Amino acid sequence: MRDAAIATNRFGLGARPGELAACAADPRGWLEAQLQGPPPLIADPALQSTATLVATIEQVRAQNRLLRAGGTAADGGQSGKALLDAVVKLGSIYRPAYVGEVTARLRQAATTDRPFLERLTQFWSNHFAVSVDKAIILGVAGSYEREAIRPHVLGSFQDLLLAVERHPAMLLYLDNFRSVGPDSMLAERAQERAGKALGINENLAREILELHTLGVGTGYTQADVTSFAKVITGWSIGARGQGLRAGGVAGEFFFRPAIHEPGGQTVLGRRYGQEGLAQGEAVLGDLAHSPATARHIATQLSRHFIADEPPPQSVERLAQAFSRSGGDLPTVYRALIAEEAAWSQPLGKFKTPNDYVISAWRALDLPIGEPRQVPPVFANLGQRVWSPNSPAGWPDRSADWDGASALMQRLRWADELGQRLGASVNAVQLAPQILGATLSEATRVALTRAASAAQALTLLLASPEFMRR
Amino acid sequence: MDPRSNGRRRFLRGALLATGGALLTTRLAFAGSGGDARLIVIIMRGAVDGLAMVPPYADPDYVRLRGSLAIAAPGASDGALRLDSLFGLHPQLAFLHESFAAGELTVFHAAATAYRDRSHFDGQDVLESGVPVPHASQTGWLNRALAAQPHATAGSAERGVALGSNVPLMMRGPAAVASWSPTKLADLDADTLQRIADLYAHDPLLGQRLGAAQTADSMAGTDSSGMMGGGNNRYEELIHATAGFLANEAGPRVAVFDTTGWDTHANEGGARGQLGNRFGALDAALRSLKTQLGATWRNTAILAVTEFGRTAAVNGTGGSDHGTATAALLLGGAVRGGRVISDWPGLSAATLYQQRDLAPTLDLRAVFKGALVEHMGVPSSALETVFPDSGSVRPLRDLFRA
Repeated sequence: MRDAAIATNRFGLGARPGELAACAADPRGWLEAQLQGPPPLIADPALQSTATLVATIEQVRAQNRLLRAGGTAADGGQSGKALLDAVVKLGSIYRPAYVGEVTARLRQAATTDRPFLERLTQFWSNHFAVSVDKAIILGVAGSYEREAIRPHVLGSFQDLLLAVERHPAMLLYLDNFRSVGPDSMLAERAQERAGKALGINENLAREILELHTLGVGTGYTQADVTSFAKVITGWSIGARGQGLRAGGVAGEFFFRPAIHEPGGQTVLGRRYGQEGLAQGEAVLGDLAHSPATARHIATQLSRHFIADEPPPQSVERLAQAFSRSGGDLPTVYRALIAEEAAWSQPLGKFKTPNDYVISAWRALDLPIGEPRQVPPVFANLGQRVWSPNSPAGWPDRSADWDGASALMQRLRWADELGQRLGASVNAVQLAPQILGATLSEATRVALTRAASAAQALTLLLASPEFMRR
Repeated sequence: MDPRSNGRRRFLRGALLATGGALLTTRLAFAGSGGDARLIVIIMRGAVDGLAMVPPYADPDYVRLRGSLAIAAPGASDGALRLDSLFGLHPQLAFLHESFAAGELTVFHAAATAYRDRSHFDGQDVLESGVPVPHASQTGWLNRALAAQPHATAGSAERGVALGSNVPLMMRGPAAVASWSPTKLADLDADTLQRIADLYAHDPLLGQRLGAAQTADSMAGTDSSGMMGGGNNRYEELIHATAGFLANEAGPRVAVFDTTGWDTHANEGGARGQLGNRFGALDAALRSLKTQLGATWRNTAILAVTEFGRTAAVNGTGGSDHGTATAALLLGGAVRGGRVISDWPGLSAATLYQQRDLAPTLDLRAVFKGALVEHMGVPSSALETVFPDSGSVRPLRDLFRA
């Protein structure tokens, strides 16, 4: 019985009524079955692709430049003002996209019958984090998750890694789209014509090594970062128009030979003599299969599914599963399910606000309601969707989330739900359905003694059991 | 039997009998006058201790039973605010006392719904549905009354509004109602917070964090308990919104909202303490409501009711447990007040309900029916729909100014 609660709440996204009963016979089998079949994609025709949005933004920017130039030239007259008024604020394009994506993500998480897979999707999306701290990411964070993460969660780590590093959202977020090889054709021409020195931006290269693959302090040097940055110069985004910026399909990944650093590079002691795009693909392939990467990913997964400080043996076994399978993700997930430590400490993980909101949505089968009101729910609780303040993504330990005022915000939201829904929900009956064997006697008694149905629901959502997974 | 309770009995009978032709005429005139009357129902969830809200300070068994919860007689330090020779108001209810003196408050005592068990959920269901059996109706009496009002069909605007994050059962049903909820996440009431703190008692992390949050809030002057220490920020936005809706000529005529934190099983306190603080906050909120309603106050009646009362005797943890009869309040410029209406049963062992609770002698539905017919112009013929199976419960008459 306890295993069912762990399967649904720790591996899953929080039990929906009936889910515990459905998996009680074989909780591990219930999880493994979710790894069968293609990963569910979000097919919402209202959602735009990254390419469409980025291309639109490019167009609007160009238009805005003309309008501003015209408006300034008209020197303050009525016609000039009309031109300036016609400038389109980019936020008016980003924001509706963001609202639609957050809503679609919540709908998927709240209703999916493969919640383990959905948690894994969110895990990887956070491992390869982009952040709306950068304005354009507000418009593409959701499509990035749908396009780069979601289709690859049941594939190999290498495919996932390649999809991520080629994705325009990542190239925009970590600046690689404008990283120019110092000896590239474009850099030389710029030097000749304007005396302008163009160069690399090593942001993406460094974060790939530090965050996406090997992990910090695993022995790579600044020289490795610099060489790797040169390797991936040219990994950029297509654009319409003419001149050097043009080429490829607007808004899609585009390799630009003109800014790629020519020649071979040495990264982590290995010589990469390939030409063009293949050079970067080769480095990423090696990084994906590095033992350091296996250990890094195993640590992250263990921390997410087992404990803030996972047992070293668990990390070791997961790393081996990763290495031996060549980074086959379902193999790693199965090793995780088999890891006894994941089942020995019920409620060992403190829910993030994201976990908390989604689990409440599932427990209460809440409707999505007005899309505009969805993002503020996460923001009010301290975890605005896709907004970690660094490319390291959201942290994953209790101490990162269990602050006093954060807890109070969570309780206020719980109380709001209690008051709004209490009359139509029997919290006393619901509690065992969503908490199973983790429901404590103290909580059960408190619910039966609550002063109102509303208060009972508030107490259920506030209970120590519901705060954790 | 105490001679004073005989006096009450006579008074109640008098009120019931005073349903003469003059009153009837007034009522009909009112019903046809365009429906300016406003009604606000405050649901006090958790079972308000009526013996604390309206202490029968002169009852010979009162002090003995109540122990540490007893409120001293009027005139003593922290004593009750005198209503008459038997009853007073809790000392934190200063505005209500002023209203009583001004003839704008009627107090009902030993009142109860038709429900006789002690579950909050079921008791509130009966209070709100207006049906004697719990969970027998998906609609509430206040909504059905709105639907039965002669003005119900005039115009399409909602005549009722529910304030707070939910629409209580009392206001659900065939008549369309508006609802309003606070935009930002509101603070929790002290009772819910206390219960959460109890849940966290054996959870060092959450217990510490909750304590720290409350300390921080009190230092910042934004007491998260909302109703503690005289602060009533939990009510402030609610009262403002209620007044905004009802003072609007084109707005709703009936409003309902919840107050919580009345389930005082432990450390209830007497003149001061947990419950006293909540009374103080409610009193301040009602004063603010009167001010904000302005001229509309003249047409307003406010009913403050709870699902049942609490044990007559103090319990082992300085509180009181679920009981039966309790007190109810009818306040407002439209009220013919300054009266306590009660067929006081007394608190002697022989008269307590099941040897523990104040016995019910007044059916709350009689108060509700009186308010609906006399104040809101609901036709008497509709009462059986509004309160099914209540033919024997006659409306109280003469509760409102002519």
